[in-house]
Amino acid sequence: MQTETPQYAIETRNLSIFYGPFEAVKDVDLKIEKGKITAIIGPSGCGKSTLLRAFNRMNDFVPTSHVNGEILMHGINLYSKEIDPVEVRRRIGMVFQKPNPFPKSIYENIAWGARINGFKGNMDELVEQSLRGAALWDEVKDKLKESAYALSGGQQQRLCIARTIAIQPEIILMDEPASALDPISTLRIEELMQELKQNYTIIIVTHNMQQAARVSDFTAMMMLFGETRSGTVIEYDKTDIIFTRPGDKRTEDYVTGRFG
Amino acid sequence: MAKDLYPNKDDLQKFVDARYRTAWVWQTVFLSALLIAILALSALILNVVDGAFGYVVYEFKKDPALVSEKPIDDLNQTELIALLKDNLSRGAYNKLNNEKVMETRSEGELYGLVIERIIQVKTLKTYPLFESLFNRAAIEAEVAEKFPGARLEFRSWLTPDFLTTPMSSRAEFAGVRTALFGTLWMVSIAISFALPVGIGAAIYLQEYASKKSLMNKIIQTNINNLAGVPSIVYGMLGLAIFVRAFEALTSGALFGVTDSNGRTILSAGLTMGILVLPLVIINAQEAIKAVPDSIRQAAYGVGATRWQTVWSHVLPNALPGILTGSILAMSRAVGETAPLIIVGASTFISVDPSGPFSKFTALPIQIYQWTARAQSEFHAIAAAAIIVLLVLLLTLNATAILLRNRFQRRY
Ligand SMILES: Nc1ncnc2c1ncn2[C@@H]1O[C@H](COP(=O)(O)OP(=O)(O)OP(=O)(O)O)[C@@H](O)[C@H]1O
Ligand SMILES: [Mg+2]
Repeated sequence: MQTETPQYAIETRNLSIFYGPFEAVKDVDLKIEKGKITAIIGPSGCGKSTLLRAFNRMNDFVPTSHVNGEILMHGINLYSKEIDPVEVRRRIGMVFQKPNPFPKSIYENIAWGARINGFKGNMDELVEQSLRGAALWDEVKDKLKESAYALSGGQQQRLCIARTIAIQPEIILMDEPASALDPISTLRIEELMQELKQNYTIIIVTHNMQQAARVSDFTAMMMLFGETRSGTVIEYDKTDIIFTRPGDKRTEDYVTGRFG
Repeated sequence: MAKDLYPNKDDLQKFVDARYRTAWVWQTVFLSALLIAILALSALILNVVDGAFGYVVYEFKKDPALVSEKPIDDLNQTELIALLKDNLSRGAYNKLNNEKVMETRSEGELYGLVIERIIQVKTLKTYPLFESLFNRAAIEAEVAEKFPGARLEFRSWLTPDFLTTPMSSRAEFAGVRTALFGTLWMVSIAISFALPVGIGAAIYLQEYASKKSLMNKIIQTNINNLAGVPSIVYGMLGLAIFVRAFEALTSGALFGVTDSNGRTILSAGLTMGILVLPLVIINAQEAIKAVPDSIRQAAYGVGATRWQTVWSHVLPNALPGILTGSILAMSRAVGETAPLIIVGASTFISVDPSGPFSKFTALPIQIYQWTARAQSEFHAIAAAAIIVLLVLLLTLNATAILLRNRFQRRY
């Protein structure tokens, strides 16, 4: 079933996501480009987080949720029976809205994920590489044994990014990763994303239009529609097109701040 | 907008005053509730202390001065042994010597024997602490009139010896050692059963079981209800299951113990274990619930399995809470009496329990039995034993609180 063109990192087909009887996300067809940053924007409650969590099967932990349609990675449906969600999450890492380091040392925050995934290399090196990759190394290199909780919010979020890249996923999902951070930390995370996209495909949910315009290559615009108030992608294109000459009036209203 | 929808200048002061009055009334109500609670607790403690200390009137069957020229207090080991040999019948002395060779007994032990067997103290009457303190003249007058020739002495029934001497049929020589050991054995068995089973069940319910399945909801409700089942019901259960059905196991017959029935420490411990199991489960569940979901998501997010998440993150973070809950469950087991009576605590044993298949008694049982006696000196040692029990419980609870404060986490 090798239908996917290699240029795409992940692809959804007729994807609908339910919470019980409520169809939160309806009929989404997205092809996410490899090695690019894709932003998902849209008003609150339109299902951005729901869609994002579907990619690495984090919605499995919501007992009422289920999925129709397919999410394809390397041509394989991530929701088919023989796929182990643990393996999916190892390949598709996630950075959450609120920084959530483990209540352990900085070192252990990175080493734990690597260890449980059977990392066989030099752990010290991996920790340093990952922290450098997340632009955090210089700030924490002298306190690796200290609790991650002693770090600032922005540092914690970069630690979470380091923890994610340490397990070398193919895709990194970020759900409003900078919404709890000040402008300077936000900027650092954005710069970091630019560096990360050399090696990873990034999908980011954001409410910040400037951020979407600044960092992303592609933008998916989501919106609620219909009787059921389900969310769907109404427009998906290169970011500069979405922000300069969108094809949909609703997108234009939203990105220019006249709506939502 | 209409202006007088809210109180205006004149009404305002009255309105505010009225609100303060209501607030004051409620504050007073809450304060009185607190005072009543404190009063009740103080009454309890005073009552116990009142019984455990005070004057005692006693007489000697034999005047110590006639038995020995030197004051008995000053005699050394050999002199005490000689004294016993001289004053006891040959048979009685040999019996004591067979129980434990005289020369190997400590001075304190021998002194106790002299007092018990030769001098033969007889307690005539005991007075509670407050009467002793505030009504001394009346007590002296009463003693002079009713018990001429008897001695009056202020005595604490709670002594170091009280903790280390075994049970005796004479209140003056009885201690709680046997009961204390029984309690420790029983609680250890209860906890070694309830802790692993309880924590395991809690982990399953919190982390694995589907919250939506009807079956799990029923189980959860039942566990919550079991925590409220009267302890005597657990006693019946223990009697039916451990004492009777599994007698071969609990009496130790399977392990070659022959002189025992099912009424052993093991049966009591397992019964207590079942009794505290719902408490352990509920407390552990609460502790596990308190671990924030964001930590679980972080673990799953880096590709952890459920078990890795539970083992590395949920359990370590829930452990202080689980321990606190378990200690509280332990203190429940220490204090429970009814199930032990049903399961068959022995009414009189003076030898330390030697293992899980020994007969047993426990602190609350001992207190219960002593309180039921007619003689007032038994009430006094019951009060002393209550103090021992309370101190034990307070220590356990204080440990739980310390643990909780020490490991309290901010996420
Ligand atoms: N765990 C859940 N159980 C039931 N319904 C949920 C759950 N999570 C989200 N929903 C519902 O699904 C819809 C989409 O929610 P989602 O969190 O995906 O929105 P969002 O676009 O991320 O919003 P925001 O921008 O505010 O984060 C909402 O109507 C929400 O109420
Ligand atoms: Mg969201």
